[in-house]
Amino acid sequence: MRFTLNGTAVSLDVVGTHRLLDVLREDLHLTGTKEGCGEGECGACSVIVDGEVVDSCLVAVGQVEGCKVITVEGLADGGRLTALQQAFIEHGAAQCGICTPGMLLAAHVLLQQARHLSAADVREGLAGNLCRCTGYTKIIDAVLACTK
Amino acid sequence: MHEVSYLRPKNLADAVRLYRTTAGCRLLAGGTDLMVMLHARTLRPEPRALLDLWSLPELKGVRRVNEGLEIGAAESYTAIIRSPEVQRDLPALVAAARTIGAAQIQNRGTLGGNLANASPAGDTLPVLLAYDAVIVTDRRSIAIDTFFIGYRKTALQPDELITAVRFPLGRQVEFRKVGTRAAQAISKIVMAVSRSPARVAVGSVAEVPLRARQAEAALERGDLQGAVAAVAEDIRPIDDVRSTAVYRRAVTQNVLRELLENVRSPRT
Repeated sequence: MRFTLNGTAVSLDVVGTHRLLDVLREDLHLTGTKEGCGEGECGACSVIVDGEVVDSCLVAVGQVEGCKVITVEGLADGGRLTALQQAFIEHGAAQCGICTPGMLLAAHVLLQQARHLSAADVREGLAGNLCRCTGYTKIIDAVLACTK
Repeated sequence: MHEVSYLRPKNLADAVRLYRTTAGCRLLAGGTDLMVMLHARTLRPEPRALLDLWSLPELKGVRRVNEGLEIGAAESYTAIIRSPEVQRDLPALVAAARTIGAAQIQNRGTLGGNLANASPAGDTLPVLLAYDAVIVTDRRSIAIDTFFIGYRKTALQPDELITAVRFPLGRQVEFRKVGTRAAQAISKIVMAVSRSPARVAVGSVAEVPLRARQAEAALERGDLQGAVAAVAEDIRPIDDVRSTAVYRRAVTQNVLRELLENVRSPRT
């Protein structure tokens, strides 16, 4: 099967019912995508498929045939961080870091889809991403800093 | 370990044929329920193949048909929420879709999946009941009030697949979900109400999403207080990890009272 991963065409021989999450981590060795609950509750495994954020634990890899997939590894351009990643650093928007890749990807889509975002919009937009360190305030501040 | 194979049909006719002829085949759409169970190996019987309906164009889209609106069975909740037609004609469905999970789930969850899964807590199901939605399959149309026949059991034949859901227009439906938090919550109770015709549909209060028939009869007579009293008799709630029967009965009555205050009198 073929799809585009972080801007590069990939061709793989995998069973189509394997979870996208496992194929990313185990077959493609992109371990930035984290497994949290494995049940679509926590958002740690969030990736972007054709412009929309999804839980990669709920996607059969066969379903992304021909799609554009972006993982956290695909956000930065070489060593150059996105404004959002930079804002996460500046606001201290990470504690243990497990939720960070998913938060970044969900927030990335949110920023791309809406020009103006209130704190309530950001909370709703990130409602599918749980931070067990409960560091939400700084995460929301970091996202809001990118809407200016 | 045996592998579950992946089948991607070329079109709807191909999907219908594969579903009929492949042993141990389960349907896959957005995967929000199925992929969890597949990974945990809790699907019974264990499937040998998943037939992926997600990208079939025949199962996507929102369109006007005759006197109603038809939504493809594999259309995502996000597309439903964004559809101007659904926003205008079926606002209660938009309200329900917005309470499902969060962005990640709304981007993958589908009406076909909610129906086929037939969870008593399915968030769109009371709305579908209140609108008298019609479930269109590869071979027939099924009235929603005959669709849920037992706990997670539906009127679908073993090789039958849902292609679309049809809604009549011009009905005012109010929706309310009560859960532990605003997002990512499975409901403690979920309700949709229409005043005319009288429809009181409730989820998470019985083994199926149900119509509260005695409450509807009272509502049809214009007896709002009677409807609130009767709904407690219509439902069959249990104690479980999310709530208790006592709480559910009380909240069902409170939510019905609140929704009836919101629903305007029949349009003239």
